[in-house]
Amino acid sequence: MSSARELLRGPAAPLTDLEVARLREDFPILHQRMHGKPLVYLDSANTSQKPRSVIEAVARFYSTDYANVRRGVYELSERADRAFEGARERLRRFLNAREAREIVFVRGTTEAINLVAGSFGRRLAAGDEILITAMEHHSNIVPWQMLCEQRGTRLVVAPIDDRGDVILDELARRIGPRTRLVSVVHVSNALGTVNPVREIAALAHAQGVPVLLDGAQAAPRMPVDVRELGCDFYALSGHKLYGPSGIGALWGRAELLEEMPPWQGGGEMIETVSFEKTTYAALPAKFEAGTPNIAGAVGIGAALDWLEAIGLDSIAAYEHELLGYATERLAELPGVRLIGTALRKSGVLAFAIEGIHAHDVATILDREGVCVRAGHHCAQPVMERFGVPATVRASFGVYNTRDDVDALLRGLRTAIEVFR
Amino acid sequence: MSDLRDLYQTVILDHYKKPRNFGRPPDADLSAEGVNPLCGDRVQVFVRLEGDQLAAVGFEGSGCAISTAAASLMTEAVQGRTRKQIDELFARYHDMVTGARDADSHESAGQTLRVLPHESAGQTLHVLPSLGKLEVLAGVREFPARVKCATLVWHALLAALEGRGERVTTE
Repeated sequence: MSSARELLRGPAAPLTDLEVARLREDFPILHQRMHGKPLVYLDSANTSQKPRSVIEAVARFYSTDYANVRRGVYELSERADRAFEGARERLRRFLNAREAREIVFVRGTTEAINLVAGSFGRRLAAGDEILITAMEHHSNIVPWQMLCEQRGTRLVVAPIDDRGDVILDELARRIGPRTRLVSVVHVSNALGTVNPVREIAALAHAQGVPVLLDGAQAAPRMPVDVRELGCDFYALSGHKLYGPSGIGALWGRAELLEEMPPWQGGGEMIETVSFEKTTYAALPAKFEAGTPNIAGAVGIGAALDWLEAIGLDSIAAYEHELLGYATERLAELPGVRLIGTALRKSGVLAFAIEGIHAHDVATILDREGVCVRAGHHCAQPVMERFGVPATVRASFGVYNTRDDVDALLRGLRTAIEVFR
Repeated sequence: MSDLRDLYQTVILDHYKKPRNFGRPPDADLSAEGVNPLCGDRVQVFVRLEGDQLAAVGFEGSGCAISTAAASLMTEAVQGRTRKQIDELFARYHDMVTGARDADSHESAGQTLRVLPHESAGQTLHVLPSLGKLEVLAGVREFPARVKCATLVWHALLAALEGRGERVTTE
């Protein structure tokens, strides 16, 4: 879908300040004061705020079309079905997947990875290996560790360098005869690194190994074409791409999903049930036991409409500029160490300030109206790798501006002042 | 900025930058670790009891200014005290940092405590003199997200005193 602005300005032109000012108006939550200061929300890698069109789509759905899906024979239920399946088709287009049945609705990226670990992983044997990188979120570590405990599989970790880039040679060396899956983050939440996922997929496929991409951070920040990336699974969360929380998707190649056993059992995922034998539904219902987050799916559909009307290329270009500006400004401050200086970064500015713990920085920023995350960002091994207990992380969404970066800098100067 | 200054008082920053009783006392025989799983902060408390009395106390770990200062100030406050005194002190301290203690007088640890009015930030606060230097952490009550930073080390201390060598968490 090409928006009017793409036709006028080209798909990859960054958003202008005027365009961002206008789209900020779509976010009711941003227009409030926090501790007497204008709210500056710099925590979109954690969760993004919601545009009015998403909020209204969910409210409208509950007000006019809500019923359970895949069950009713009445008109209302058919409307709910159409909305739910329409959202699935919307996600298919967003990811350029081949078929809508390859899109499985889940709670979010965490559940998507757990689904693959629990279903794909059930076929693995002791000694089989899962390869990840040293920059993974806990959601791409712990499900595999749980699988290792159950099945005796091994978790193999490819190292990262001091910039926060995966060392490709080291990753390649670790793809061996027992490797059954390579599971890698597309964009790191703790470092901002944009991984060379096409190259990683090519390396894995050369050995006949499928690839899962954790797209939680990438999907709201850049165009994602799963066929062009050459991956086999792609996981994303609605709440990070301006949609509701509690809804996300796993895309998987149909051949793989067909072979995989069901994950959770229950209603909606069956074909016939008797006490002697149960047969399972076809994709995607096979992986969607129980009543799903129907309104969440509607919300994700509305979020994708909104995102694509702006254009993900333009968003990527704008956020790249903003990150560049913030990186430059941060360099003005004494004693600041950037954590994550990868060659390709997106959306995340993580740092440590000498002599001031990240939590104290975040508390002081909060009093300036600035929301950032402080801590290990669910990536404790990354903190360990860089020798810091915690970092401050400012992360950008499409609504952030240079003014927001300036407010961050003012807050950081206050923190340095307090701790002088 | 005023509530920030209340939180990050000179005394707190001093204890953060130069924590007292940092390290393991050579004769410590009990210890426990406190972990805040939300942020990854850890603190380890080492103690030695002589009879019922705390003869030595120290801590190690890395944390924010609040948790480090809380640990440092705690070690000074509990040195030489009995188990019962420590329990009472913690009850009062806990009430202070959670904001539970702002009535004129109330029950704490089974006894009525004497309170004195005290001017601060334009309003009358009622403080318990027996908390001594720990009073500097009263500002935490305005920052609910940071209460756990101020109490983690105490939970670790109590676990160590009870000989519960296991890890305690804020959750």
